Amino acid sequence: MDLTLEHITHRYSDVPVLQDISLHIPAGEILCIIGPSGCGKSTLLRLIGGLERPDSGQVLQLGTPPEGCLNPLTYVFQDFALLPWRSVGGNISLVLEDHGIRGKAADAIIADVLARTRLSDFRNALPRQLSGGMKQRVAIARALAVNPAVMLLDEPLSALDAQTRELLMEDLVALWTRQPFTGIYVTHNLAEAVRLGHRIAILSRRPGQLREVIKVETPLGDRHAGQPELESLQARLWQMMKDEAVAADQELLNV
Amino acid sequence: MSDADPARPVPFRGGGFRPVAKRGTGIVVFLLLLALVEWGTRAGWIGNLTLPRPSDVGVTLVDLARSGQLWVHLIPSLTRLAVGSLLGVTVGIGVGVMIGLFSHVRAGLVPLVAALFPIPKIALLPLFVIWFGIDEASKYALIALGTFTPTVVSTYGAVDNVDRTLIRMGQSFGLSWLSIVRKIVLPGALPGILSGLRVSIAIGIILLVAAEMLGAQYGIGAYVLQAGSLYDLERLFAGVVILSALGVLTSAIVGVLERRLLVWRG
Repeated sequence: MDLTLEHITHRYSDVPVLQDISLHIPAGEILCIIGPSGCGKSTLLRLIGGLERPDSGQVLQLGTPPEGCLNPLTYVFQDFALLPWRSVGGNISLVLEDHGIRGKAADAIIADVLARTRLSDFRNALPRQLSGGMKQRVAIARALAVNPAVMLLDEPLSALDAQTRELLMEDLVALWTRQPFTGIYVTHNLAEAVRLGHRIAILSRRPGQLREVIKVETPLGDRHAGQPELESLQARLWQMMKDEAVAADQELLNV
Repeated sequence: MSDADPARPVPFRGGGFRPVAKRGTGIVVFLLLLALVEWGTRAGWIGNLTLPRPSDVGVTLVDLARSGQLWVHLIPSLTRLAVGSLLGVTVGIGVGVMIGLFSHVRAGLVPLVAALFPIPKIALLPLFVIWFGIDEASKYALIALGTFTPTVVSTYGAVDNVDRTLIRMGQSFGLSWLSIVRKIVLPGALPGILSGLRVSIAIGIILLVAAEMLGAQYGIGAYVLQAGSLYDLERLFAGVVILSALGVLTSAIVGVLERRLLVWRG
């Protein structure tokens, strides 16, 4: 299933946050969206997943979601959004129950996604017993359980420390390599963008406009931390964004 | 740093501001206080009419239990408290959840609850006697109304405080409205609802005694009132001891509920 954004414009009580964004996200590709803070990247993601309505423009799904897909557009949130009163298994079963999947069928799905995220031993643990990285892996497992057509990742690694972030990036790449998924990955971290994006969309500061979309040719599986071409790409992205970021920083002070 | 400067350990400046549970301290303070009064009444520097001797109060309590009079008074009181507060708390939680979920209900009922809350409910007892009769029903109604208002306020506060990101998560996975309420909103509001319960039930006990003082033959409140009008301090204090035991007991029950239902908080 492809996604197309047509002239998305959005404002919060007279403050324009997004202006005329058009994008196409083909199936099986991860698009990273980067931009200075407050440029509306997270808002854009909420619009794409239907959690908010754009003031004008529309988000279109092209084609039908694959068979067995319970929730075509599925989020992974920055703060994990796990129910603290449910175990790891219970948190995953939560999103299956409403589709009438219980008992053995649910067990099979839960066991499968926990195995894919290497969490099988933690099925009965409560969220408070898990580290941040583990919590986010549970959230990723939960997203995989509904077999999404598009994963919407809202700064999924931003609440984690650098080492955990590195581990989870490898996990995401491994997941994608095993079974390519369509992803929209919002981040302010350029290193994540160059590691995980097939394409990288750069937004300007508020009101967010699409400045450029850069294609990264290196296959996901061949990318590593500290690779020269990734480093130079990251430097290029930073050059493009730096002035905007400075301006955005000044702007926040005046709000 | 020159060699002449002696090495000194950095002085500790942290710590404190963190109450820790000290087991048994409460009981020790209580027993000390009792021992002090006992000593004072025996030695004579506390007069007979100032405070009764704790041991005499104890004897009165034992007699009360032996003669069966304890149950004659305690059972009606417990029934009134149970029926009245169950009614008030149930309806209160229901209304509180509705206020938390629906804007129209909130707009309509919050001012009403705010208006009801500060009314001293005991002042309404004569009205309730006219409405519900002199018997038990008017006492149930009084306790129910008294526990209702604080329960509503704490419940809708608890619903308001449920983490919105969890609700947004539920929506993003396509959960039905009912599922979101049942599986996210209610469990998320439970800690707040339970801590509100402590306040509500304490208010229920106060109203129970007040209602029994105004018009009941049996009940702890009636017993205390009788003792008071005869200046029988031993019996008065025996009644007061039973009431505070009742308070401690209900609070302990809520504590057990919290430990059982909120295991996930750790």
